[in-house]
Amino acid sequence: MSELTGYNFAYLDEQTKRMIRRGLLKAVAVPGLQVPFGGREMPLPYGWGTGGIQVTAAIIGDDDCLKVIDQGADDTTNAVSIRRFFAKTAQVATTEVTEDASIIQTRHRIPETPLVSGQILVYQVPIPEPLRFIEPRETETRKMHALSEYGVMHVKLYEDIAQFGQIATAYAYPVMVNGRYVMDPSPIPKFDNPKMHQNPALQLFGAGREKRLYAVPPYTDVVSLDFEDHPFEIQRWDGVCELCGADDTFLDEVVVDDQGARMFVCSDTHHCRSRRGEDA
Amino acid sequence: MYVAVKGGERAIEQAHTLLAEMRRGDPSVPELTLEQIQNQMSLAVDRVMNEGSLFDPELAALAIKQAQGDMIEAIFLLRAYRTTLPRHGNSTPIQTGQMRIIRRISAVFKDVPGGQLLGPTYDYTHRLLDFQLAVNAVDTEDDESEPEVPTATESASDDSELAAVLSILENEGLVEAPPVGEASETDITRTPLEFPADRATRLQALARGDEGFVLALAYSTQRGYGRNHPFAGEIRSGAVPLAMEVEELGYALPVGELLMTECEMINQFEGSAEVPPTFTRGYGLQVGLSERKAMSMALLDRSLRTQEFDEEVESAAQDEEFVLAHCDNVEAWGFVSHLKLPHYVDFQSELELIRRLRAQREADGDE
Repeated sequence: MSELTGYNFAYLDEQTKRMIRRGLLKAVAVPGLQVPFGGREMPLPYGWGTGGIQVTAAIIGDDDCLKVIDQGADDTTNAVSIRRFFAKTAQVATTEVTEDASIIQTRHRIPETPLVSGQILVYQVPIPEPLRFIEPRETETRKMHALSEYGVMHVKLYEDIAQFGQIATAYAYPVMVNGRYVMDPSPIPKFDNPKMHQNPALQLFGAGREKRLYAVPPYTDVVSLDFEDHPFEIQRWDGVCELCGADDTFLDEVVVDDQGARMFVCSDTHHCRSRRGEDA
Repeated sequence: MYVAVKGGERAIEQAHTLLAEMRRGDPSVPELTLEQIQNQMSLAVDRVMNEGSLFDPELAALAIKQAQGDMIEAIFLLRAYRTTLPRHGNSTPIQTGQMRIIRRISAVFKDVPGGQLLGPTYDYTHRLLDFQLAVNAVDTEDDESEPEVPTATESASDDSELAAVLSILENEGLVEAPPVGEASETDITRTPLEFPADRATRLQALARGDEGFVLALAYSTQRGYGRNHPFAGEIRSGAVPLAMEVEELGYALPVGELLMTECEMINQFEGSAEVPPTFTRGYGLQVGLSERKAMSMALLDRSLRTQEFDEEVESAAQDEEFVLAHCDNVEAWGFVSHLKLPHYVDFQSELELIRRLRAQREADGDE
């Protein structure tokens, strides 16, 4: 891909990258804490991954290999667009193979293939504040985090149970990180929440519009909030992936004709293809 | 059979090609030049510079051309360029008292020292479509009948400073003194906005805030939602000298002039046991001839000063977090537009949940 002239390696200037890395170091030191950072305008729109892109730009180097997924897929337009952005501005190697990637930027999913030590998972975050929809004011939520005052979150989950008989949060399901901070895992399905727990990879979160960074260092406790009598549980499907036969993956429902016929397939396209032997 | 949504890359390329065609329009119509946009759509250029937070008429014109006239897209383009620019230093604060006036009005006195000067304004035009303008090359006709228009340089009465109208009231102590001393040096494009914010930071955010949003909220204060009884104390437009601090030189180096519009509102008075009733003020400042935005900004500046005056926050226009967190149109449109991105994983999670809830309800009903 042709190089972009007139811009620094990976678009951002080095001072901005250093500022972001300092924020990330603080975030890693205090898992789950939202660290404000001087988020920049990026050439992609807010809400389309500017936080994740800034984090990736701050940490990426010549020898990195980048994978970008959206909804678990490498070939969704936004994933393609972000991957091309870095191929163009940083001339780095890109891949669709989870195992080959040193940095994986993601929107809404964690890959099915278990990550290993040394890999970095960069999440795009729309609303970093897990308490935002309970308390819209930042001045209040900041206080609540400082005092570990998370009662309202449990009340909200309890109200779900009272109304629906179960917790009615299917994605962006709140987690407790390292026993201290309640954190928004970004809008991943709660199916993916258990993968965050004690993950050997470094997990970094960037919220561009809201200008916040946070992190889950490798091998950190990440516990989905629940109650003793209503334990956390993940989504289940009756069938298996109709392409690869997997019975343990997140399945997308695809409408295949005008009569409303559906099929269920893995949302993680690379995982599905490699199970079918299409990826070496 | 299921066709994987492959080919995102080619789809994007094709979309870009179509976009380029649409932007250009009918190729038999001459292409717009940046000079044309800068000269004949200068108010659009001003808006893009204000909300793009970058004074560069040529690049703003380029952004407007590239965005096909979509202002928010143009503002976004300019900002994404601005964010990559290195900072070489700071300008010294501009002195609007030194403005070479092309327009200056006050609504609170019939006449003011230095005079009222209408200048170029749409205010007293009758909004009748001028079909003359629809005729090509209207200005190639004879120019004998053209009225003498004073240029900016000519119209400035003299080189001396033109005192602000509000200073007349300041001298009597009837209006609060302007804030003195150190303004916060927070740059909201470099450090994240934190709440509560100080006034200087709020003004920064309002200065690059969306004109429509700022206008609508300013309007709401006039309709009783955070009423603050405003009078247009002074509105002035003109060229202001700009100087830059250069450490090696030890003095401020003049680097040029900025066309700016400033608005000072006089608002309902405050007072206490110790302080006699005093008018308060709201401030608005924009580059270019951006009077609508400068006035709206001044109204919101005042309505947001609730803490200083111990006023209760009752309305949207008084709510700092509400106003500042939502006035940025690049952020706002970014987040609204991201709904166009696929959300099928989250939606699948909701589908699974709603089906389970309905199945459970059915099962419960059967019992």
